[in-house]
Amino acid sequence: MTKTPHLLNGSMKYDAGPAEAGPDRALRHGDGTPSGSRMVEGPAGRKPRKALSRRNILIYGTLIVVCLYYLLPLYVMIVTSLKGMPEIRLGNIFSPPVEITFQPWVKAWAEACTGLNCDGLSRGFFNSVKILIPSVILSIAIASVNGYALANWRFKGSETFFTILIVGAFIPYQVMIYPIVIMLREIGLYGSLTGLVIVHTIFGMPILTLLFRNYFASVPQELFKAARVDGAGFWAIYFQIMVPMSLPIFVVAMILQVTGIWNDFLFGVIYTKPDLYPMTVQLNNIVNSTQGVKEYNVNMAATILTGLVPLTIYFISGKLFVRGIAAGAVKG
Amino acid sequence: MAAATRPARWHRNISAKVAAVPMIITAVVVFIGGTAWTVLYSFTNSKLLPREKFVGLAQYDRLWSSSKWLISIENLAIYGAFSLIFSLLIGFMLAALLDQKIRFEDTFRTILLYPFALSFIVTGLAWQWILNPDFGIQHVVRSLGWESFNFDPLYNPEIVIYGILIAGLWQGTGLIMCLMLAGLRGIDEDIWKAAKIDGIPMWKTYLFIVIPMMRGIFITAIVLIASGIIKVYDLVVAQTGGGPGISSEVPAKYVYDAMFLSQNLGQGFAASTMMLLTVVIIVVPWAYLEFGGKRK
Amino acid sequence: MEPSISINNLSLSFGSLDVLKDLNLDVGQGEFLVLLGSSGCGKSTLLNCIAGLLDVTGGQIFIGGRNVTWEEPSQRGIGMVFQSYALYPQMTVAGNLSFGLKNAGLPKAEIQERVNRAAKVLQIEPLLNRKPAALSGGQRQRAAIGRALVRDADVFLFDEPLSNLDAKLRADLRVEIKQLHQKLSNTMIYVTHDQIEAMTLADRIAIMRGGQILQLASPNEIYNRPANKYVAEFIGSPTMNFFEGELEEAGGNYRFTSGGKTFSLDGYTFQNGPPAAGAAWFGIRPEHMVSGAEADTALVRLDGQVELVEPLGSDTLVRFTTGDQTLWVRMDGQANIRHGDAITVGFDPARANLFDKTSESRL
Repeated sequence: MTKTPHLLNGSMKYDAGPAEAGPDRALRHGDGTPSGSRMVEGPAGRKPRKALSRRNILIYGTLIVVCLYYLLPLYVMIVTSLKGMPEIRLGNIFSPPVEITFQPWVKAWAEACTGLNCDGLSRGFFNSVKILIPSVILSIAIASVNGYALANWRFKGSETFFTILIVGAFIPYQVMIYPIVIMLREIGLYGSLTGLVIVHTIFGMPILTLLFRNYFASVPQELFKAARVDGAGFWAIYFQIMVPMSLPIFVVAMILQVTGIWNDFLFGVIYTKPDLYPMTVQLNNIVNSTQGVKEYNVNMAATILTGLVPLTIYFISGKLFVRGIAAGAVKG
Repeated sequence: MAAATRPARWHRNISAKVAAVPMIITAVVVFIGGTAWTVLYSFTNSKLLPREKFVGLAQYDRLWSSSKWLISIENLAIYGAFSLIFSLLIGFMLAALLDQKIRFEDTFRTILLYPFALSFIVTGLAWQWILNPDFGIQHVVRSLGWESFNFDPLYNPEIVIYGILIAGLWQGTGLIMCLMLAGLRGIDEDIWKAAKIDGIPMWKTYLFIVIPMMRGIFITAIVLIASGIIKVYDLVVAQTGGGPGISSEVPAKYVYDAMFLSQNLGQGFAASTMMLLTVVIIVVPWAYLEFGGKRK
Repeated sequence: MEPSISINNLSLSFGSLDVLKDLNLDVGQGEFLVLLGSSGCGKSTLLNCIAGLLDVTGGQIFIGGRNVTWEEPSQRGIGMVFQSYALYPQMTVAGNLSFGLKNAGLPKAEIQERVNRAAKVLQIEPLLNRKPAALSGGQRQRAAIGRALVRDADVFLFDEPLSNLDAKLRADLRVEIKQLHQKLSNTMIYVTHDQIEAMTLADRIAIMRGGQILQLASPNEIYNRPANKYVAEFIGSPTMNFFEGELEEAGGNYRFTSGGKTFSLDGYTFQNGPPAAGAAWFGIRPEHMVSGAEADTALVRLDGQVELVEPLGSDTLVRFTTGDQTLWVRMDGQANIRHGDAITVGFDPARANLFDKTSESRL
């Protein structure tokens, strides 16, 4: 690639090509007025670019290969879950099922054994739902009100408490697990779904509060002041002005919470009793603690079933999900 | 000119204060109180239930002479270092590729990010299956002709942590990629134009101009990855259960096992305090750098 | 003399959208050309095409006699200054100036020499070790120009460099750019939407609209003899007065009739020779109308009533109605005139502007 002639040799200005022996100069208006074609021999118009240029191959090639690596586990899971056991033992995990069967799915849902009972994942699914809905509602309700209070109604000490909350988001859960066990035991909620809901609310608070606080802080102050001049109070402004305006952020918060709570394992296994285990815990029990013959197809069906809810939400919400992650990730 | 009597100081914003009570309770009681309590009780010899008998640093002595703990620390270090490096590298490169005004960008991004929506349990189990030596990758490659191909990280104590690493990277890199992409999109387009006029090749523009401009994003990414590393638990439980033997133990699992399985609360408290210490050592200098001593 | 830049039949389309249409343009050596227009007219696009940052769909570009249509930006012999200056934020000013040169493999000594030379011309020597964040707006502009200067480019391109600044700073930096051009005499192409910048800086102005050049002429020419109604409306503040009417011809003499009033057009020079009679626009600038005592001796007189007075200190702008028209006139700053007063204004048809009603080109 030739370097700019200018920069190499101070005296030489440019490649002196042959003088342009153009048509009669008088005919060539260089003053903007249309004058027919003034073009001469040489490069003109669009620069020739091969669609299959090296650059394109590199970019698309790399991306496609990486995407295959990312899709591989999903593919393997689905394919395995649709095969019968004999076929699994014979073949390799990458080959598509010769004979498709949905039996593993049925078994995973209704009959798989977790060591305590043989109800399949359905029990865990409903437990997860029962945990999810109150947790999401409660954590978002509290955090949004918190964020609103912090953004618009600063009072003495509010910033300090908020800072503690944020710092708390960095503290490893392990350090706070047992004190919470004790506290829940004292209130009599240890081992119950309600107790778990409270735990999820507590640990969801830092990031959600941050999310809502930043959002409400970006709402123009004039709106808030006008409402106060009109005589509205704390709760009135919240319900009649703030909430209707912030539907997008509520959706983002919901996506974050649904994904986080549904996928949780640690809190589920600590704060509930075995028959109240959420789906993730049950899944682990089914796959990792069965004695005897491992039914890989059932295991994979069970795994997919567990991942189905957050995956569906992910695919439906698309861009909002990305925004939620980015928002939650801004402060860790 | 006094109007009606002014409400008492504490009465102002009473609604806001009441509304913030849950946050205050959480912050003070759970976060500060809970942490303090655990740290305190790590100096006792609590077993099944918390006991008030103080034994100084005995729990820590025991901790640091436990091979299970030492292995878990080592695993965490390896997992952490590689996770950090590769997440940043892969995440940035994918983001740079996606930033090239390509077609199907949304499709690519959707595919690269979906693992993030899954539970670590799901991830662990899926990769456990893929890395299964009898049916998974090793078997497939062998059946293609390479008889002596060995790839069963999950059964090899030396390299099991790398098997977990593969799964962890698969799950977490998508998020870093999104973060980096957001950062890249925030770069003023004119900077690219100026570099083009100057004749700077693409890779140099990235290395010397764009990446230094993204310092904030990189730091956020590092903090994010780091906080995720410390917490790694579900993945290990699902993929290997800590095995083979104790070769894939991690601190978070050590804590849980001690507290709820081996009825050794004191050890659990000591281990979790050590985890807290590690976080403090990483986060405090970062917070100081980021906020320059203005705040805390 | 060989033009510094030649644009031949340049076209640029995005899909079915034509952004630039068959443009032809010659820029002389050392000329300061301003591309002027409102947003979306294609001026920035044209500049980016000249720079090589955009790929054209048709036509050719010559810089310094060389066909650069397919050349990379760094090979075209140009330097560019952006609206946001785009200085590399993590490098010092010296680093910014030398980065491109280092990349081209120039020896250290030469790089140093060029950087120092540019710094001297622009008077930014004391700033060489500072980072862009520590510079003021004016200093940043000079640093950005410096980056273009060290490339020993023949042509400098400016993409609305003053648009982000407040009025005072804009005025100061405008002067600096003009002084720079006088000192360096490089060819400069400058894009702006601000007519004041255009009028004060340009040797020639190219007014653009819808991807085409409406008029390419000196500021004086554009001001006094705008080529069409759009240009006439665009240039000049306050805006030109317009009224519709009929152009009538009788034995070689032309008259203009509007709203019942008729006046002679003796003294007016037609652009392309005597035109046919027909519907036309009549335009006269507020500053070309006289009032008070002077109006008594003007060739054309209008009587009206004052509607609105805008005192500016240096001038007074007065809006008045006459017949069914509303017009503006510029008067002296100390004029004693109020809403409701009767007013008589006059003008000389030689300073008027006539435009064909349908084509809107100058008659």
